[in-house]
Order: sequence, then structure tokens, then C-alpha cells
Amino acid sequence: MGRVARAAGVALALLACFAAAGAAQPQDGRFGFGRPATADDIAAWDIDVMPDGAGLPEGSGTAAAGAPVYAARCAVCHGPAGEGGVADRLVGYDPASTPPFGPAYEAWRAGRDDVPFSVGNYWPYATTLFDYIRRAMPTDAPGTLAADEVYGLVAWILAENGIVARDAVMNAETLPAVEMPARDVFVPQER
Amino acid sequence: MPNRVSRRELLAGAIGAAAMPAAAGRARAQSGDTTRRAGLGASPLGERSSHVTIRRDHRGPVASRTPLQDLQGTITPSDLHFERHHAGIPAVDPDDYRLLVHGMVERPTVFTLADLKRFPATSRICFLECSGNYPTGAGPETKPEAVCGMTSTTEWTGVALSTLFREVGASPDATWFLAEGQDAAVMTRSVPMEKARDDAFVAYAQNGEALRPGQGYPARLLLPGWEGNSNVKWLRRLELADRPFMTREETSKYTDPLADGTARQFSFVFDARSIITAPAWPDVVEPGWIELRGIAWSGRGAIARVEVSTDGGRTWHEARLQGPVLRQAHTRFRHLWRWDGSETEIMSRAVDDTGYVQPTRAALRAERGRRARRYHLNPITAWRIRRGGQVEYRVEEPWDA
Repeated sequence: MGRVARAAGVALALLACFAAAGAAQPQDGRFGFGRPATADDIAAWDIDVMPDGAGLPEGSGTAAAGAPVYAARCAVCHGPAGEGGVADRLVGYDPASTPPFGPAYEAWRAGRDDVPFSVGNYWPYATTLFDYIRRAMPTDAPGTLAADEVYGLVAWILAENGIVARDAVMNAETLPAVEMPARDVFVPQER
Repeated sequence: MPNRVSRRELLAGAIGAAAMPAAAGRARAQSGDTTRRAGLGASPLGERSSHVTIRRDHRGPVASRTPLQDLQGTITPSDLHFERHHAGIPAVDPDDYRLLVHGMVERPTVFTLADLKRFPATSRICFLECSGNYPTGAGPETKPEAVCGMTSTTEWTGVALSTLFREVGASPDATWFLAEGQDAAVMTRSVPMEKARDDAFVAYAQNGEALRPGQGYPARLLLPGWEGNSNVKWLRRLELADRPFMTREETSKYTDPLADGTARQFSFVFDARSIITAPAWPDVVEPGWIELRGIAWSGRGAIARVEVSTDGGRTWHEARLQGPVLRQAHTRFRHLWRWDGSETEIMSRAVDDTGYVQPTRAALRAERGRRARRYHLNPITAWRIRRGGQVEYRVEEPWDA
């Protein structure tokens, strides 16, 4: 019994040790690891653009300015007019009144071929175009387009979809104001 | 120091030189009486038996699938973990690796890989799954890997996001964070801060060793139970904000058009799913006892039970679950069945601890509609057993018919 009690005592002491060790942590939750990020660190990587335009750079572009850039850098994958290539369809907006699914669409379709998903009927924010093209396109040289080139491409794609006028100037003020046809289609939803 | 050799090493060397078959023997492993000759010696890296050929289902540069039909248990060997990437696997030098955390924080901070490893670590066994883990146009000659091989289970180790966010002084007003990769797609997804408070972490180890390059070496985001795409690989930046960023991958991609004309966005959590992985095509079975084996998983929690039908869905039987049953992890199920040789269909359905029941394809199609974009689909999979024993995938109607 004595040995058992001693063993139990040791075990309790050990447990107390472990409990204390488990509780040990920095008072404010900080370990002091890492180094402060500089403004340059952040500027080098912070390329995201939000729907309200936060993150959009200076510069501008029109469909006319974007057309040759599109032809040179994008058409090989997306097709000469934004459709019919191996990559995602960019242009297409029939039917204008509904996204390409759901009851209204099915009533409109009535025997027609299905309408592909595209920027014109399934992208809720024009700013996302800028963000995505600048970070990831073209796939053979991502991240190399200048801000004016990206604004021009965005203007061209939006104009081809009939969303902005052919002479519309896209810049940090005008782009967030563009109303996309699919803006209200999306319902944030936790299943 | 340099040339000291222990007695054990000397002994092993002597035996190796004298008695062990040359390494070339590995390629032509001999059967026969293996007790009459010492086998191969120890080696720096374990290799599979020369009798075992196991490969991912790899049909193109952007994806490969875990060969579910060739695996037992629940842990996916690291070299068989499924892959899906959008602009290839970047070659990241761990010495150059940096993780920037900024935005709505008191102290924008840059962490090196060594910094991340200094923090208290956490390990977690959980599954990953590609959001598009569904077969399109599959014929009868379809293996489990082609049905849903874009899911794998791993023990991941890393640092809790809550630890990193405490370190940088995350604002209590931050509700979302952006996760960004350093691949050529500079992959970005917005994630609710609740997940960071709950169980998200930055993983730097996979099944005990460094991440494989295809899994985000040297560090990736890990969101247990949430769609693969949001578990950003080659993680380089976390930016805290008070709203989602609306990136391409969470708007025009990875969203679910529904039958009612709306599109579900931020549907991160995988609903429960299961599949019988054996027998399946191309197996040929014989009448008599067959153990049906498969895996089940749920992004919402733990698998509560798996039911198996061997008569085309008319009657269901509860399968045995292999413990421990872990939350958000593949769970192995098994069910003994005596096949009488007549044509039939076998299938499984998972039920998780929220009570959710894996749906039939018809039920899922009714909810998602004709134009679902093949994301987040989890219908029951059936295998048809022909008279004579050939097992085939039960072909489904085209989704958009």
C-alpha cells in the first residue's frame, strides 16, 4: 500500500507538473516570432482588388485600346471574339433578363441550345475581372500586363458583352460602378 | 570522428557484402524458399515491393486522382494524394519562403518557414477533397478513382491560424481573410474569420514529413472539411478585412447554380458522401462471401453510420465502421455479404452526426437543377454486378438532360 501511495503521489506530482507546463504560455499570446512587415513588403504582394474598387491602381483603358491587347495576348485561348476558344468563354449574354439557369431561363430556352456561362451572364463584379487578369493572365506570362493594358482588356470584355459602351473609359472610379447582369444572382449561403 | 564505424555497422556491412542479394535483385524479386538466404539489407528510403504497382489516375497536367480502389484503411500515402492545381506546381525554395500577414491587424508581420515551425504545433487527421470531385460522362468501365478519387486523408501538422492571428493582433472587427498562394495563378480565396477561430491552420507537414510540392510545399492553408480550393497551397499572404474579396474562384467558379435560379456562393463545407471502393470495376467476383469495403466522410463532422444496400436500394444494412471515427476524415466501412450469383446493384449511403443523409442522384439533381456546374456533388454511387461476376459502374443519365 505504501508503495502504491508513493507511486500515486509521484504520479500526482507529475500530473501537476504537466498541468503547469500546459498552462505556460505568453501572457499576451505573443511569442515575438517573425519580423514587422514593411510598406514595401506589403506593396510588393498586395495586388487584390475588391468590389468597391479598393486596390485598383491608377491608369485607364477603353475597348478600343484593349482590342489589340486582346488579339495579341488572349485570343489564342479565348477565341477572336471572346468565345469559341479552348479557354473559358468570356462573351455571351443571352438571355439578357436571366442567368443561364433556373425557371426563367428554362422558359426562355424552350428547345434552344444551352447558353454557355460567361462573363456577361455569370460574373457578379467587374472588379474581379481586373483582379484576375492582372494576377493570373495570360497563362504564358502571368503578372506581366501593365495597369493600362488590364483596364483596356476589362473595357473590351465588358463592351463585347454589351455591359458598357464601346467608348467607356475604365479606371479606378468607373470600374466599381459597372453593374454586372449577374450581380444579384449570388446568395451567400452556408449549407 | 569521421571514420569511426560502429560494430553494428561493420557487422551489417559484412553480412551485406557476403550474403545479401545485389540491389538489382529488387527488380526481379524471386519467390521460392526465402528462408535459405538473407534478404536485402536496410536502406535510407523505403520502397514499395517490386510486386506492387500503384499509381494515381493521371490524365492531364492539372489533376491526378487517388486510386481509392487500391487502398485500405483511411490514410492516403503522401505520393498518392490527389492533386489539382491551376497553374502548375511552383518550385519554392524554403529559404526564400515568406508568409505575409497584414490588413486589419495591429502588427503586419512577415514569417519565415522557421518562424512558423517555432510556434506551438498542432496535428490533425482530415480529408481534403476537390470541389469538382464528380465523374462526367462515365461509362460502365469506371473505377472508384474516376468516380471520386479527388479526395484523400492525411495527418497534417502546422500552426493554428488563431495562434498566428493572435501574434499579429488581429482586429476583432475583421470578418474575412484573403488567402493567397505563390503559384502562377496567385490563387486567392476569401475565408470567414470564424474558421480561423475554429480549426484552420497553416500546415507544413504531411503524414509526418514536409509537404509534397504538389500539396503546397513548404506551407499551405488547411481548412478541415472545406472545399479543396479554399485550402490555398504555397501560401504566401493572409490579408484580414471586414468583407469578402470576391475573387474569381468564389464568384464565377466554385459556386452552385440552383434549380430556383439563384447561385449558392461560399458553399465551403462538404456534405456527407461515401463510396464502395471494393468490389468495383474492373473486379470480377464469385458467388459466396464478399466483404464490401469503402470510405465515407463529411465536412460537417463525424460519420454516424454507413448503410449498404445489396439489392439496388430496396433494403439497407448498417455497415461496420473502423474506429476511431474522426471528424472530417475518411472513415472505413465494411459489410459482409453473401452473393447468390444473380444480377444486382450494390451501393452505400453515409449519415453524419448532424443527421444529414447522403442523397440519391435524383434528389441532388432536383435541388441543384439541370445546369449545376459539377461542384460539391455527393450522390450515392452504385455498382452493378453482372451474372458471371463482372462489376461495373452504374451509368447515370447526363446531368443536364
